[in-house]
Amino acid sequence: MDPNIKRVNSLFPDEVLERVLSLITTHKDRSSISLVSRSWYNAERWSRRHVFIGNCYSVSPQIVANRFPNIRSVTIKGKPRFSDFNLVPDDWGADVFPWLSVFATVYPFLEELRLKRMVVSDESLEFLATSFVGFRNLSLMSCDGFSTDGLKAVATHCKNLTELDIQENGIEDLGGHWLSCFPESLTSLEILNFASLNSEVSFDALEKLVSRCKSLRVLKVNRNISLDQLQKLLLHAPQLMELGTGTFMQELVSGPLTELKNAFSNCKNLVTLSGLWDATPLYLPVIYPACAHLTFLNLSYATLRSAELANLLAHCKSLRRLWLLDTVGDKGLEAVGSCCPLLEELRVFPADPFDQEMNLGVTEVGFISVSRGCPKLHYVLYFCRQMTNSAVVTIAKNCPDFTHFRLCIMTPGQPDYMTKEPMDEGFGAIVKTCTKLQRLAVSGLLTDGTFEYIGKYAKNLETLSVAFAGSSDLGMEYVLGGCPKLRKLEIRDCPFGNAALLSGLMKYESMRSLWMSACNVTMNGCRVLAKERPMLNVEVIKDEDSDDSQAHKVYVYRTVAGPRRDAPPFVLTL
Amino acid sequence: MTLFDETELRLGLPGGGGNKNVEGGATAVHNPGKRGYDETIMDLKLKLSSSDQETKIDHEKKHASANPPAKAQVVGWPPVRSYRKNMLSVQKKSSLHNEEGNDSSASFGTKGNGGGGAAFVKVSMDGAPYLRKVDLRLYQSYQDLSDALGNMFSSFTIGNCGSQGLKDFMNESKLMDLLNNSDYVPTYEDKDGDWMLVGDVPWEMFVNSCKRLRIMKGKEAVGL
Repeated sequence: MDPNIKRVNSLFPDEVLERVLSLITTHKDRSSISLVSRSWYNAERWSRRHVFIGNCYSVSPQIVANRFPNIRSVTIKGKPRFSDFNLVPDDWGADVFPWLSVFATVYPFLEELRLKRMVVSDESLEFLATSFVGFRNLSLMSCDGFSTDGLKAVATHCKNLTELDIQENGIEDLGGHWLSCFPESLTSLEILNFASLNSEVSFDALEKLVSRCKSLRVLKVNRNISLDQLQKLLLHAPQLMELGTGTFMQELVSGPLTELKNAFSNCKNLVTLSGLWDATPLYLPVIYPACAHLTFLNLSYATLRSAELANLLAHCKSLRRLWLLDTVGDKGLEAVGSCCPLLEELRVFPADPFDQEMNLGVTEVGFISVSRGCPKLHYVLYFCRQMTNSAVVTIAKNCPDFTHFRLCIMTPGQPDYMTKEPMDEGFGAIVKTCTKLQRLAVSGLLTDGTFEYIGKYAKNLETLSVAFAGSSDLGMEYVLGGCPKLRKLEIRDCPFGNAALLSGLMKYESMRSLWMSACNVTMNGCRVLAKERPMLNVEVIKDEDSDDSQAHKVYVYRTVAGPRRDAPPFVLTL
Repeated sequence: MTLFDETELRLGLPGGGGNKNVEGGATAVHNPGKRGYDETIMDLKLKLSSSDQETKIDHEKKHASANPPAKAQVVGWPPVRSYRKNMLSVQKKSSLHNEEGNDSSASFGTKGNGGGGAAFVKVSMDGAPYLRKVDLRLYQSYQDLSDALGNMFSSFTIGNCGSQGLKDFMNESKLMDLLNNSDYVPTYEDKDGDWMLVGDVPWEMFVNSCKRLRIMKGKEAVGL
């Protein structure tokens, strides 16, 4: 062998490898890279800047810190998703503080923190704001435990803040003074979202902040900001790409409408529009000049009827994502189908989730019209009160590219309203036709047959949500026996018992988590699972006055961190 | 503002029993989480019993399909997040007011207040021979409302429930003492048809979601 030909490894210094790897950003790719060889594992860990933790209890802050020395950005998700619907008690856990205290030591240059369903106290926010000098991006989604005082600390101390995104949190709103805490010297803000906070901020402070932050591209204000005020903000920030308005209704004053309309037409970069609370036909036309280049329109807080929506959508040819309230009715959805050929995502929320009398909402008819007019549709979240199998079959045929199909027939256990049969065939058609399906939420009357289809056909399914469905253990067994890519399974109020739970023995370690509540699982079943699989945490959430042998809420997840040390008394780790 | 759901207490409907909060924030007429799947489906077939709602349910019976009537509310179903539910319930009240005869040139209120016009609700008091009506928008706070109600009903009150007594009822810290003495408790029916204790939510939210007021005898206000 020619002695000049060296082995590949020594030709390729680690620094070069790290430089190349620094261009790889998705965590799935990085995971794969780290498995190639020892040197690749090391190069990867040194070059990683962003870590994504899908379940805060699957790993400990120390383990993360040991493996990745150079992290600048962290994303952490905490509570199980069903906590959004009050199924997880307060004080369950997912406190961010233990993470912050480790990060303060190991990652003093941390720039970004994105949290979902975590508990964040004011103390944590203050600690965050004062521990990381270069901190820039804070995003809190569906978190709880803090008040506007915590936001004050962030506004006051984060001198280089570029993002403050507060979404749908259980926050204690003590007033809007936090916004006034941004110093005059702060000009770096690019993203500001306080749409879900209720109290009034000082408009003067907001206006000044918006004018001096020339790079501001996302601004979502809360409902207290009036149309007049919005107009002023738009004049200061015509460069905005994403806008969330305040209330879209006010006392009529002569002349403001044309000015407001002009303000919107000056925003040439606007691609996302949301807010629009209280929007009425009178004021909605002011946004028409901006509609032609909108790609995402969130009307889920505007109680529009079909005619208003149709008039609006006639201007929105470029829409790719649309969120609506079901007040628009099937006729409104017909307009969607005719006006928005590029539509990829549709979400229809119920205006009256509990009160059937008031509002029929949308039906299978509306869904079919959208599917006909929007062949690129791949993400749907649809709340309705009636559905048929044949409609779902048609929809699957019209839109075979579904990646996310979340259908919520609002009455639990409701069959096809015309044939009275279970909705098995409809969902079966979805999984058979839509081979790219990653996320599925099923509803209505479903027998084990639905799950047989899912297990057999849903080869790419990663997330499955099931409620009030199935006839026996077989249902869950079919899913656990198929679905090779399943990561998250959440189940409530189904007749699945220990046999079903244990049928997944071999599978749970390849999944992120399993949630089962109000099923037929017992403590003994959970104990068996825990014993057989020490790499899983099998947690039971106890109810106060429940039967001790039943396991009413079970949360199972893989972990390298061992059992939780911060579990409250009502969470039993078996 | 604390999560609406966290403060939501459901009183027993007249003649029926109420349920305490079982888990943080979640309430239901029944809690399917405590029992297995079979009991849940049975409960869904039961109807809520209430003298107020009986006529409504009879009406439904005539039109119902063969399937479980959806009047029974299940915890966390439909899966709409609390934030969205709160935003919508506040809005719905506002838009209802706007539809009540307000034309475009009328004042709609400023700064996202949403509701225009009056918010008349019936007020009943257990033991009083007739009801009253109040416009909630005339008042700025629970204290104002309490004063007004005290004046209205002072002639009907028995024992120590005068206007001072009613003021005390709006004061949470005195509420427990007063409940034990089975005095009067102010309650209201909200947009969802649930009977709530007055005073838990911010005033503006209360005005937007209150459909009627009932000043109950403390003895009947179980489940608090």
